Amino acid sequence: MSSAADTLAAGLAAVLAAPGGTPVTVGPVSRLSGGASQETWSFDAVVGGQDQPLILRRAPPGAELRGSGNAGLAAEAELIRRAGAAGVPVPEVVAVLRPQHGLGDGFVMRRLRGETLGRRVAAAHRPALAWQCGAALARIHSVDMAGGPDLRRTQPLAEVAHLADWHGRHGTVRPVFQLALRWLADHAPADVVPALVHGDFRNGNLMVDLDADGGALVGVLDWELAHLGDPMADLGWLGVNSWRYGRHQRPVGGFGHWAQLFDGYRSAGGTVDEARVHWWQVLGSLRWGVICESMGQAWLSGAEPVMEKAAIGRRASEAEIDLLDLLLPRAATP
Amino acid sequence: MQDLPDPEQLLTAVARFLREDAGPALGRQGDNALAYQARVAANMVDTVARQTQLAPAADAAERRRLQALLGLPDEADLAALNRRLASRLADGTIDSSHPGLADHLWATTLAKLAVDQPGYDTYQRHQPTQPAGTP
Repeated sequence: MSSAADTLAAGLAAVLAAPGGTPVTVGPVSRLSGGASQETWSFDAVVGGQDQPLILRRAPPGAELRGSGNAGLAAEAELIRRAGAAGVPVPEVVAVLRPQHGLGDGFVMRRLRGETLGRRVAAAHRPALAWQCGAALARIHSVDMAGGPDLRRTQPLAEVAHLADWHGRHGTVRPVFQLALRWLADHAPADVVPALVHGDFRNGNLMVDLDADGGALVGVLDWELAHLGDPMADLGWLGVNSWRYGRHQRPVGGFGHWAQLFDGYRSAGGTVDEARVHWWQVLGSLRWGVICESMGQAWLSGAEPVMEKAAIGRRASEAEIDLLDLLLPRAATP
Repeated sequence: MQDLPDPEQLLTAVARFLREDAGPALGRQGDNALAYQARVAANMVDTVARQTQLAPAADAAERRRLQALLGLPDEADLAALNRRLASRLADGTIDSSHPGLADHLWATTLAKLAVDQPGYDTYQRHQPTQPAGTP
């Protein structure tokens, strides 16, 4: 274990120490993922004789979050707590980092058991999972945000302007993106009463029990893009082709069908507007393309000299073909 | 004149080394993240090889289509032609019903994917020569 990991383990013991003086031991910490600004660590702790598998999400001291509109880690912890209280399957937050811990911003949550790899989740038809995603989304969208964290607020047409501006700053020339921006502006649905929107609810950010009959949603992860806006945005994003891992016949994450998602959504009190879902699916495909561009741009500018960013920059073309498939469809192999 | 192996063959050798030797060796040492990076690197080398092979003809065809679509037979700069089409789509003076637009965008995008991501499923489904799509 590196000395940085040793320091982290020692700090985590202090974070988890209960006021009553319950003894806490923290085992080796291992880095799971993360970029320059945000890290995810996995570790086991023994708290009062009880073994606890845990996850730390943090921005190290001095780190600045890349991109705008991130909820921030303290807000993320509070959203997970509120969503859990509303009946959404989430990993329980057990501690939030404080300045006196000296570990940066972040929180500790329970480590759930299950599968997050999109390709494995999409490997089978999982009708129960699609239904449960619908129910979880309806509950997220009904979370009471009174007194909650201060989140970015947006509306459909504002999102189009945001994407146009973001794409424009990359300086790339993509007629297909301009076609999509124009279509989105011309077909934008009316403003809504903003609800809590997860912002990145897709196959890959869902912890799934693959052994349960038909699949089972164990936890909704990665709340960093949560904001207040049109709830149909989450349903459309879940249907973006890139998260189907080649299983386009199952439009919901490659594992389910729209009717299953919508039934689950309605069962938890939600109201589906299918035209809005389609509009957000188009916007989501464009968003993914602009995100790919932004990663390529981060490499080109030298801000993030990581080889994979250069490779992802070239994936913007997958958004172009998906946008054509949505906006100018033509015959294809079924 | 340079000798063999030619650039394409050199790239093939590098991609094969990354994919079949370096990546698996890193995986055996337990460094799955670096093994993954080796696969990414191999895919990038393949992209370079495909672009070298396919881009000259694809760019020439794209230029001819854009010149006809925009009525600019003397403009030879492909980037300038694309900027012109992008701005006309943005201001609505060309819209999705414009004759030839859909065919042009499809042909151009399929040519991009043939280099960037020939394995992507939407690209695969739009290959006329492909056998029936796999579920």
